Amino acid sequence: MRERIYNFALNRPWLVLLLAIVLVFGTAYGAKNLVFKGDYKVFFSEENPQLTDFEAMQEIYSKSDNAVFILEPKNGDIFTPENLTAIHWLTTEAWQVPYSTRVDSISNFQHTIAEEDDLIVEDLVLAPGTLTAADMPRIKQIATSDPLLLNKIISKTGHVSIVNVTLQLPGLDPITEIPEVASKVRAIQAAFEQQYPNFNVQLTGMVMMNTAFSETSLSDSATLVPAMFGIVLLTMILLLRSFSGTFATLIVIIFSIAGTMGAVGWFGFYLTGPSVSAPTMIMTLAVADCIHILTSYYYEMRHGKAKKEALQESLRVNFKPILLTSVTTAIGFMSMNFSDSPPFRDLGNMVAIGVMLAFVFSITVFPALLMILPVKPGKATADNHGMMEKFAEFVIAKRKLLLPVTAVIIIAIAAFLPQNKLDDNFVEYFDTTVDFRKATDFMEANLSGLSLIEVSVDSQTSSGINDPKFLKAVGDFSEWMRALPDTDHVSTISDVLKRLNKNMHGDDQAYYRLPEERELSAQYLLLYEMSLPYGLDLNNQLNVDKSSTRIIGTFKNLSSSEQIAIETNMYQWFADNAPEYKIDIASPTLMFAHIGQRNINSMLIGTTAALILISILLAVALKSVRYGVISLLPNLIPASLGFGLWYFIDGQVGLALSVVAGMTLGIVVDDTVHFLTKYKHARDKYGKSSEEAVRYAFSSVGRALWITTLVLVAGFMVLAQSTFKLNGDMGLLTAITISVALIVDFIFLPPLLMMLDARKEKKQQKANNINNPIVDDSNLAFAKGNAK
Amino acid sequence: MKFKILTSTLIAASVLTLSVNSAFAETPEEKGLAISEQIKIRDDGWVDMLASMKMVLRNKQGQESIREIRMKVLEVADDGDKSLSIFDRPRDVKGTAFLSFSHTQGADDQWLYLPALKRVKRIASRNKSGPFMGSEFSFEDLASFEIAKYTYKYIEDQACDLGQCFVVEQYPTDKNSGYTKRVVWVDKAEYRMIKTDFYDRKNSLLKTLTSLDYQQYKGKFWRASTMKMVNHQSKKSTDLQWVDYRFGNGLTESDFNKNTLKRAR
Repeated sequence: MRERIYNFALNRPWLVLLLAIVLVFGTAYGAKNLVFKGDYKVFFSEENPQLTDFEAMQEIYSKSDNAVFILEPKNGDIFTPENLTAIHWLTTEAWQVPYSTRVDSISNFQHTIAEEDDLIVEDLVLAPGTLTAADMPRIKQIATSDPLLLNKIISKTGHVSIVNVTLQLPGLDPITEIPEVASKVRAIQAAFEQQYPNFNVQLTGMVMMNTAFSETSLSDSATLVPAMFGIVLLTMILLLRSFSGTFATLIVIIFSIAGTMGAVGWFGFYLTGPSVSAPTMIMTLAVADCIHILTSYYYEMRHGKAKKEALQESLRVNFKPILLTSVTTAIGFMSMNFSDSPPFRDLGNMVAIGVMLAFVFSITVFPALLMILPVKPGKATADNHGMMEKFAEFVIAKRKLLLPVTAVIIIAIAAFLPQNKLDDNFVEYFDTTVDFRKATDFMEANLSGLSLIEVSVDSQTSSGINDPKFLKAVGDFSEWMRALPDTDHVSTISDVLKRLNKNMHGDDQAYYRLPEERELSAQYLLLYEMSLPYGLDLNNQLNVDKSSTRIIGTFKNLSSSEQIAIETNMYQWFADNAPEYKIDIASPTLMFAHIGQRNINSMLIGTTAALILISILLAVALKSVRYGVISLLPNLIPASLGFGLWYFIDGQVGLALSVVAGMTLGIVVDDTVHFLTKYKHARDKYGKSSEEAVRYAFSSVGRALWITTLVLVAGFMVLAQSTFKLNGDMGLLTAITISVALIVDFIFLPPLLMMLDARKEKKQQKANNINNPIVDDSNLAFAKGNAK
Repeated sequence: MKFKILTSTLIAASVLTLSVNSAFAETPEEKGLAISEQIKIRDDGWVDMLASMKMVLRNKQGQESIREIRMKVLEVADDGDKSLSIFDRPRDVKGTAFLSFSHTQGADDQWLYLPALKRVKRIASRNKSGPFMGSEFSFEDLASFEIAKYTYKYIEDQACDLGQCFVVEQYPTDKNSGYTKRVVWVDKAEYRMIKTDFYDRKNSLLKTLTSLDYQQYKGKFWRASTMKMVNHQSKKSTDLQWVDYRFGNGLTESDFNKNTLKRAR
């Protein structure tokens, strides 16, 4: 069967090529359906409990999508007539942002003062033209002492302020809505900077984050994919010294990527931050198949075979290992289907499709192209051959030392695996060169973080929020939250009622406390409701029938475990202090905080399933349960070591890294497959000793292994350069794991095989001794002779 | 009052002459103004009014909250009307009363009486565009229609629920308005505002008001029994259901001041 396939390719190369082109381009046409989804919600499956909680909360209260202008005047003081005029201008202009429903800044803050029985509600900066330096201390005092503004809109010292635009995105077409908002926000930023050059303006907020998701991914595709092509070309030309081989490989890569992207386009996939890295990964993985075929092909040609026979022989030798490694790689990537996060499922499936396509093209299009192209085997290939043999001798000679030493090192490094901290901070999904990250870091350092936790407290009775007991619980909880060390800001209805109580008593500070009667609270709220400006209503804080209220805490950009700890403490606070109310806690921040752990749990199952499947496949392919079991070690060690090393590099794992173990499993298995196949081949076919077999394995696949590893590591290191840190970290850890895999296969696996097989040999020898002592002696002599 | 009727007649007469001439030289702006003046004239002279209103607030999911308000309104010539609203429901705000003198230009005068505090508070605010009692109606939506509040432009004739309608665009003259424009459908037969589209500051469609079940009172004044306001951006809506319209109750200026506010119930 398989001969038929590649013989057809070798006999009718032009036809195969033509067929492939038609098929690939037909499929690739589907790529027109691919669109990029930048919404952060794509990271969550529909059944994700934190997403469900958050959406339930958004059904009850107003939504909170926003865009933020961060303003830093160069003179270090917001409170000058010029700077306030600038903020007033920006506030007015920001109403023009599409889908905006509200703009908040210090200038349009509804300041309330009581003068006897008059309650005066007005914009803090009403008429910028009339401001004088004499007004400044009063405005500053008001702005920096109001709990609604302090550390949310204005910094304590008054050196940084924001203009917050609340948005009501229809959500009908996020692909156009978000860029529409972002481009208007940027246009306003540019106009502001031109008109008021004495300000530094930066942008953040949920919409800018979503924009960053798509923009970093797009810029990655524009820089990383070409870089990857460059590196593959360079490596291949340098190592194989063959133009036509490189060219044919390039075609296989392009076909595999185009076919995959087209196919998923037809299947209705959409692109997301993680899944845009699929082409880079497919490219990297497709190269390996070609290298194996080329290496054998050149070997045969150097040994005097004609082009066609050499190709035939190469395909005959490589068909099974390439099929096996492609299937195991696909299984590894398909383990990502267990991920809780849809983009990673998509990535896994895309790469799995790509890898299988690469296999198909490697045994059809690739030989067809090589038949057509003029090929001369590179000379350089022969030069390094001695290297591998020398290395094999080293490993064999030092095996007694290598095995324990590597074992100890492996255990020592892997011991740090559990030390990695679990963390998914969506701000840190971007590296520090991304504007969104810079802006958000700046805002955190000077004003407040972007981490929000929303707490809904439900009295479970209509108008129940006016109950003094309920309000006291809300007030106490808000104060408790405010006192937490990482809290930047708390938005709560209790502050509003305290302030109104004070206003209604002639601004007497002694009345800055919660009203003690139900009717009074209700009537204050009515008054408050009547005084709210355009774009604001109580629904932000209260549900429709006033039975529940939402308290929003803004926190520094915390790690996932810290956020989960705060969440747990919040539930505990209510259990201890106000158990009669129903509490719901949700936010995008918490969604990300939980997804790492959820994903690790689900990926553990996925990775285990993949491991079992792959081990069974290996055992079947190698026709040996024994080798199937032995292969577990070199297959498991790389990821354990990789994560152990990761503790020293970064120390934080999350969503993206939780898929690396499963993903790399399929790749590292390849090395083991190739090495074990050749080792076993030598043992079974030629009846060689374990040492001899190691030598044989090194000399036949050693070179191909380190070249493919080099290409793979280079490929994933390119991905590691991504400014989208989620992909970058994934690339880096994969590169590390693959490097470790090669080292393990080169210096740990051979001594292990020799030790285990030496034992087996001894046993057999013992058994043989009884029957035929002479054979034993000759065997020993053979072994000794070979050991030299 | 006599003076008022006289001026109305004069305006009506001039409008009539205008419409006669319109076949020749009326601009869309002039026609829009003429239609709007006709609306005002046809509803002129109702003097005072009592009514009860049930307000149904609905969020995106259709969850409801109900408020009940009784209103007393006094017609004021050449400016916004004076109104006194007394809240009956929800129970914990019962007895709260709100007095408002709306103005064509500038801030409205507003007083609120809180029974729990037993005090009248004057609220000085430029907040015409803010929501009334958490509803989708803003203060300016509920205030009386005055010619000077807008400039006008006639767009076209269109078929509508009550036959044929004029479609007129109205552009607020007050800079504190929350809108860039309103588009009003006025039926040709009786000059009733059947539908209004509200456009926000960035000129996107924000809300639509539909007025239903018009009844005629005192042989002249048309009042809608149901007003439905739908916010297209937040998907929230508010229904106003009016009952017990009563005209000519002999109310005067003295029924609309701080002291009556306290006694209102």
